[in-house]
Amino acid sequence: MSLIRCEDVSLGYEGKVILQDVNFRLDGGEYLCIIGENGAGKSTLIKGILRLKKPMKGIIETDCGLKNNEIGYMPQQTEAQKDFPASVYEVVISGRLNKLGMRPFFNKKDKKDVMDKLELMGIAGLKNKCFHDLSGGQKQRVLLARAMCAAGKMILLDEPASGLDPVATKELYELIEKINREMGITVIMVSHDTEATIKYASHILHLSHRQLFFGTTGDFLKTDEGRNFAVRKEV
Amino acid sequence: MLEIFEEMFGYQFMVRAITVGLLVSLCASLLGVSMVLKRYSMIGDGLSHVGFAALAAAAAAGIAPLKVAIPVCIVAAFLMLRISENSKLKGDATVAVVCSGALAVGVMISSMSSGMNTDVSNYMFGSILSLSEEDAMISRILSALVVIMFLVFYNRIFAVTFDENFARATGTKAGLYNGILAVLTALTVVIGMRMMGALLISSLIIFPSLSSMRVCKKYRTVIISSVIISVFCFMTGITVSFAKSTPAGASIVCANLVVFALMSIAGAVKNKGQLRKKA
Repeated sequence: MSLIRCEDVSLGYEGKVILQDVNFRLDGGEYLCIIGENGAGKSTLIKGILRLKKPMKGIIETDCGLKNNEIGYMPQQTEAQKDFPASVYEVVISGRLNKLGMRPFFNKKDKKDVMDKLELMGIAGLKNKCFHDLSGGQKQRVLLARAMCAAGKMILLDEPASGLDPVATKELYELIEKINREMGITVIMVSHDTEATIKYASHILHLSHRQLFFGTTGDFLKTDEGRNFAVRKEV
Repeated sequence: MLEIFEEMFGYQFMVRAITVGLLVSLCASLLGVSMVLKRYSMIGDGLSHVGFAALAAAAAAGIAPLKVAIPVCIVAAFLMLRISENSKLKGDATVAVVCSGALAVGVMISSMSSGMNTDVSNYMFGSILSLSEEDAMISRILSALVVIMFLVFYNRIFAVTFDENFARATGTKAGLYNGILAVLTALTVVIGMRMMGALLISSLIIFPSLSSMRVCKKYRTVIISSVIISVFCFMTGITVSFAKSTPAGASIVCANLVVFALMSIAGAVKNKGQLRKKA
């Protein structure tokens, strides 16, 4: 059984359809990149998968006992959190919230998991630093660590590298690949970076208000659209 | 100094006011951090005006004021949070509408029933004499409840304050915890407004957390320090008010204002020091 399945899904806001007829399925351990122009409905689809938005039509099904509290999510960087007083540790442990159940406080296991994830991201030394004093790349690693704390089998990333310099971008993509390869976590990522998409993704979903392509990266590169895509630097 | 304290605690009504006031300051500072960070600073103001209208209505109908004000304020808190989330009226506009609307209704009710008398003035600017022993007992129980609820939901409140979308996406019932925040805030406002007055209660919520955010950079330290600031300012304010016969609410707010100024300076000095260290 596949981990996630979308069948004839349409999504939109206030009765207006933004994205229609999306069909795809993804198995455990795969790496899907969602590509498309601005306003093509990529972030809307992410919201649909996260169940923040109800599909207007069709079904989004998560199988194999994948519950909402096993999906990690890394949002686009928002300015709203700019002056928020929070340490890196506090931010990352908030990712463990969905494992709390009825307990009011975190226990040793939660705390250990946070330290593991901080080590994994190479930011254990920043544990007590204030989140908004960090550099862009460090912030994204913190948010990725938080998403990993929340994730069981799948992680959703919405343009994780936007606004990062080339070095930080490369490091972040390598971390994501490590999560995918070594830990077998399914990755769904919205990306504008064609090079990274072709290099890392196992599957590609091309959207422009509807589904233009879904398949493996190899198949995508054989299509005209795919060849065009490969020579462009950005979409 | 000691003599003033001794004299102050000699009066039954002062002991009552101080115990209730300390608990309210504690609640207000705990909730204030989330309110300020969620950009709901003015919600306390809106709620207190609704509370004023409810108190005026209760007085006109001859019902115990807290029994009317508490449910009305809880409903108002829900509506304000809900409206500013969903509708085209933005948060600040909603609060402004509710604020002036409720104030007008309250004034209308009280002028039609008993006229603009000392009662109205008490509601507006607060009075430590207005607390009956029964009110004080209810206030103590409710504020203890607020503190316990806050501690139990501490981690969840942090999550919905820091990043509501993430919390929602990973399966936390953000709506529920926002609702709990609204209820706790409404309770705090209602309990506190008798003493602080409808016009000044929101400062009890905003000031301590703003002051501590000037200097502290972690959520937990912000919470702890704002509690300390709030309690300290309350004690200072009430002592001054007792010694110099100034209104309690205004004295407490002035104490908060001074602390805020001092913390702002401390924060600026600290930031400058850090910049220099980096350079």
